[in-house]
Amino acid sequence: MSEGQHTHTVTLTVNGDVHTAEVEDRFSLADFLRKKLGLTGTHLGCEHGVCGACTVLVEGEAVRGCLMLAVQADGQEVTTIEGLADIGGNLNTLQQAFMDNHSLQCGFCTPGILTTLTAFLQDTPDADEISIRKALSGNICRCTGYDTIVRAALSAAATLRAGQS
Amino acid sequence: MLATLKNARLLSGGQSLMSMMNLRYVTADHLIDLNRVQELAGIALDETHLRVRGMTRQRSLLEHQPLLARAPIFREALEFVGHIQTRNRGTVGGSLAHMDPAAELMGLAALMDAEITMTSEGTQRQVAIADYPLGYMTPNIEPLEILTDVAFELWPEGHGWDFREFAQCHGDFAVVGVGTLIANDDSGMIERAATVLIGVDDQPVRLRDVEDMLTGETPSESLFRDAGALASKHDMMGDALVTSAYRKQIAGVLVRRSLTQAVKRATEQKNV
Amino acid sequence: MSGQTFVGQSVKRLEDPDLLRGHGQFLDDLKLPGLLEAAFVRSPLAHARFTSIDTRDAQDMPGVVAIFTAKDLPKVMQGKRILLQVPNPAITNPVTQEPLASEEVCFVGEAVAVVVADTRHAAEDAAERVIVDWEPLPANGHCEQALKPGAGVVHADMQDNVAARFSLGYGDIDKAFKNASHVLHERYEPHRGTGHPMECRGVAAIYDTFAEAFRIWSSTQTPHNTQRGVVDMFDMPEDKIRVITPDVGGGFGPKNQVYPEEMVIPAVAQLLSRPVKWVEDRREHFMTTTQERDQVWELSAASDKCGVILGLKGTLIHDTGAYLPWGTIMPYISAATVPGPYRLGAYKLDITVAFTNMVPTTPLRGAGRPQAVFVMERMCDLIARELGIDAAEVRRRNFIPADSMPYEMGLTYRDGAPIIYDSGDYPEAQAQAMTRAGYDTFSERQREALANNRYIGIGIGNYVEGTGLGPFEGATIRILTNGRVAIYTGATPAGQSHRTTLAQICADQLGVDMSNIDVVVGDTGMMPRGAGTYASRITVNAGSSVQNASIELHGKLLKLAAAKFDVTEDDLKCIGGFVRIKGAQGDSISFSDLAKMTSGTPGYVLPKGITPDLEASAYFTPPQATYSNGSHVAEVGVDPETGLVTILNYTVVHDCGNVINPMLVDGQVQGGVAHGIGNALLERMIYDKDGNPLTTTFADYMMPRADMIPNCNIVHMESPSPLNPLGVKGAGEGGTIPAPAAIIAAVEDALRPFDIRITEFPISPQRIVALIAEAAQEKNGEQSNDAKQ
Repeated sequence: MSEGQHTHTVTLTVNGDVHTAEVEDRFSLADFLRKKLGLTGTHLGCEHGVCGACTVLVEGEAVRGCLMLAVQADGQEVTTIEGLADIGGNLNTLQQAFMDNHSLQCGFCTPGILTTLTAFLQDTPDADEISIRKALSGNICRCTGYDTIVRAALSAAATLRAGQS
Repeated sequence: MLATLKNARLLSGGQSLMSMMNLRYVTADHLIDLNRVQELAGIALDETHLRVRGMTRQRSLLEHQPLLARAPIFREALEFVGHIQTRNRGTVGGSLAHMDPAAELMGLAALMDAEITMTSEGTQRQVAIADYPLGYMTPNIEPLEILTDVAFELWPEGHGWDFREFAQCHGDFAVVGVGTLIANDDSGMIERAATVLIGVDDQPVRLRDVEDMLTGETPSESLFRDAGALASKHDMMGDALVTSAYRKQIAGVLVRRSLTQAVKRATEQKNV
Repeated sequence: MSGQTFVGQSVKRLEDPDLLRGHGQFLDDLKLPGLLEAAFVRSPLAHARFTSIDTRDAQDMPGVVAIFTAKDLPKVMQGKRILLQVPNPAITNPVTQEPLASEEVCFVGEAVAVVVADTRHAAEDAAERVIVDWEPLPANGHCEQALKPGAGVVHADMQDNVAARFSLGYGDIDKAFKNASHVLHERYEPHRGTGHPMECRGVAAIYDTFAEAFRIWSSTQTPHNTQRGVVDMFDMPEDKIRVITPDVGGGFGPKNQVYPEEMVIPAVAQLLSRPVKWVEDRREHFMTTTQERDQVWELSAASDKCGVILGLKGTLIHDTGAYLPWGTIMPYISAATVPGPYRLGAYKLDITVAFTNMVPTTPLRGAGRPQAVFVMERMCDLIARELGIDAAEVRRRNFIPADSMPYEMGLTYRDGAPIIYDSGDYPEAQAQAMTRAGYDTFSERQREALANNRYIGIGIGNYVEGTGLGPFEGATIRILTNGRVAIYTGATPAGQSHRTTLAQICADQLGVDMSNIDVVVGDTGMMPRGAGTYASRITVNAGSSVQNASIELHGKLLKLAAAKFDVTEDDLKCIGGFVRIKGAQGDSISFSDLAKMTSGTPGYVLPKGITPDLEASAYFTPPQATYSNGSHVAEVGVDPETGLVTILNYTVVHDCGNVINPMLVDGQVQGGVAHGIGNALLERMIYDKDGNPLTTTFADYMMPRADMIPNCNIVHMESPSPLNPLGVKGAGEGGTIPAPAAIIAAVEDALRPFDIRITEFPISPQRIVALIAEAAQEKNGEQSNDAKQ
């Protein structure tokens, strides 16, 4: 294995704030967000790229934070769950829909699901139930059985569409 | 860097390599990140070929409307590649270099007689897809080479297509996957057929015997059934979790269904 | 009393705002100055002896602080095993795990050493370099195999692999079988599955050298169980051991156990005088967190010619894995659950609990009941098939009628009391489920589908579930000097929304808004006595305690205000955090001021008859379990060529008595059904015959996903429980318990033309295809025999 610790200096924008830090090569983006920046909202559920709990947005696209190295995010814009609510801390449309519909129970998978849905609804504002379920097939929730998550996504999508027009 | 660094690996999308490293199945002292090398990504579509640069994201193919119109099988196949998050980072070259037996892109490459280009300092080497797999997850890539391009030979417009997989969970590794391309003449007779299986062996298996059986024939339910039966006679891998016998069963069923759909689409194209 | 009623409403959760913003505080989020991280060295073999552990190379690796093996642990731990909290005289070999194995490992993943380093990365790097001189021993990967004569012993010092033997039954079983017109026999094999909460386990600890006390954080469902374990292991008084639960990302049963890591991490924190944290990763979870469901049943049913079950008898082999951390609770529950909602004339089950070289098994959502319901429901379907009676009708002929309640069913529950079903209408539950599912018109739909080469099927699953297990779950409610209401309870949620439910109950009694209530859960320092969250027990126990304590506290508020205003209590009411004199110009005093009056301010004289501090505690102790029930109807489509099963429709009738928050109960049911679908079709933890795990990542072990789980049609019935002040029953497991039974029955029904029988779960597409092929071969064999004749 490695002789010592190799580090790089990275600068990335996370939730609108610019951060410069030294990070070990081997740190995943999720590790970096959690340990270096103290943004513990992004969770690690499996670290082998299946459960989706670690999903964050990099340049607006949903990626698995456990499968990307922190150094790879240098110069990029990252959004985590902590960046979804507005500056005053008010829940955004999707988050509020989750609360209204009981779309979370233990809350551990929720950050990854919110980021996945945020990106998906931006790409597909008129998504139907089937496409939402397919979009969520890369996120595992053990508590809810998914129906209330889907309901919240549909409700939020409708609200967002109404807001656009 | 490949030449000078010991125990170095190339990092493209990371969707396979990072997972294996997290599980400590694979270790590397150095990772050479190709993600910032802009020139290594790109899609070029012409009359006869799709040329994709290695670092093109799988998602980009799925967003390339002209490609999807020209060769719809790409949409059908790529939607089976992992999940949204996987396709946002995963690359075409990465998938081909990793060579998982169930890789959809490997299947497409085999189906469309792809040619893969390896580049090393100053030189390039073209490898036909048939010569590309050397063994289980072992591609024909030399230590100091990078897979930089792949060219797919597209079928003339108006062909039928189908790509399907069997897996219990969508996006998981396929137990068996099938890709089919069909061209028929105005009378409906099959002029050309190509069928490939993924997930059954170290490398994709082009079903040449099935293709021969189909060429020149009029499509019918019994023809498809015979084709499926022939497909299921091929040797297929088995392990403690999925038996060879089951793979053969699934392969036979999927080939039959895939052909049925591909022929249907070919006929629909004609009627348009 | 309060103006607004929260109980019975779908109130939004108090837990959500923080969780939705990413401000949950899970174990791995814990920030402690100087925190070190640990990784364990674990056995790659299912059974092995070892004499030496060489840590020299590992010690030199960067970032390593220390490495400990069993002999390096504190003297007080030497030679000790984890406390068995549920002893039972039937257990012949009550063996639990050592904190670190000292000379023998009995399952893949059992820990023999711990590396403590600056980072988890460094600790894992070093753990790879630790060398153990493993000497492999014969290993057993299946409970039936382990009981065969000559089978290798799971524990080298034991004679055989029997952990316990006991029997359960009632009635004259021999007479029942003598009088039967039909005797049917079947063998059933439920398979192992894993819990897989999205958050794995984790433990962190600090040893305070001044106070000579531990502070331990654990992602657990039962901090008091952990505390009891540590008290026993370290021989320390419980007031020196505080176990705190952070937010827990799912539990589902396995997190109610006490694990070796919960002993080791505090130990090394003490030895190093540094805080230490260990977080389980998913592969460790596959290999070391307890599992459930492996059993082998051989059952015979004696039926009369109308399908009335005169008696049921047989044997159960229950796989306990390599150890018995939860005694014989689960096979007991399985055995006691079999009769379910039916009036079996007689019943006898002989149970053998077998050791195997695999991860121990302990309750996992359903706790042995899914298996029991499966065998009973499959037996009903078998009777239906053999006697040519409709499956629903067989059940109707055997139901305990509603007017028989309360019904003493003949067995005793694990808390020693006789099982008396307190309330519930089983025939009505099935009837409603069938109506909602369109059961009566299904055969028409099935025929139509078959004509179009589609195979669809329908299946029923009925269950009765003992919930609200004692001994108690208390609540202390206090008005703080800032006027907020604080509830302290041993309830330890992992997603069950306890804080919301308990706040609803309290808010109604105290007339405050829920946003003024803080519920402190799962902390032995704040609530010294408790059991924890498992077995669907909290709404009954903690809910009732909160109810009783709130009423008492309400009385104290009125009494104190009455003394202050010199009025009678009837002149007063609690509204919005104040006690007001009724009437238009009524004076009032805030909860805050009342709290300050009684908090101990020097020189202040308490009114006569007033006890200091606005607080009330209640420990509701249930007289016995209270029985929830339900009926599921599953409709599936099966592709016989591939074996793929799709759930087309899923109906649940669910009776958990009075409902505190309908939205939350629906969530438990839907989530429970998803888990049950996993148990029926997807989730098999596969070991080979030598105890080596073959499914160790989510690539091999299938978890239910959004595109596979339908929206359940949920119908609520409310048969209030007469056994607690709220009339509630448990709701957390009902979604899972009958799901495998209903789904497997539906699959078998869909494949009726192929004449197969499914006696296991989960069943994979591969297995379905194999069963179809076997049945076809058998038929061909019969036909050719006929032809020969």
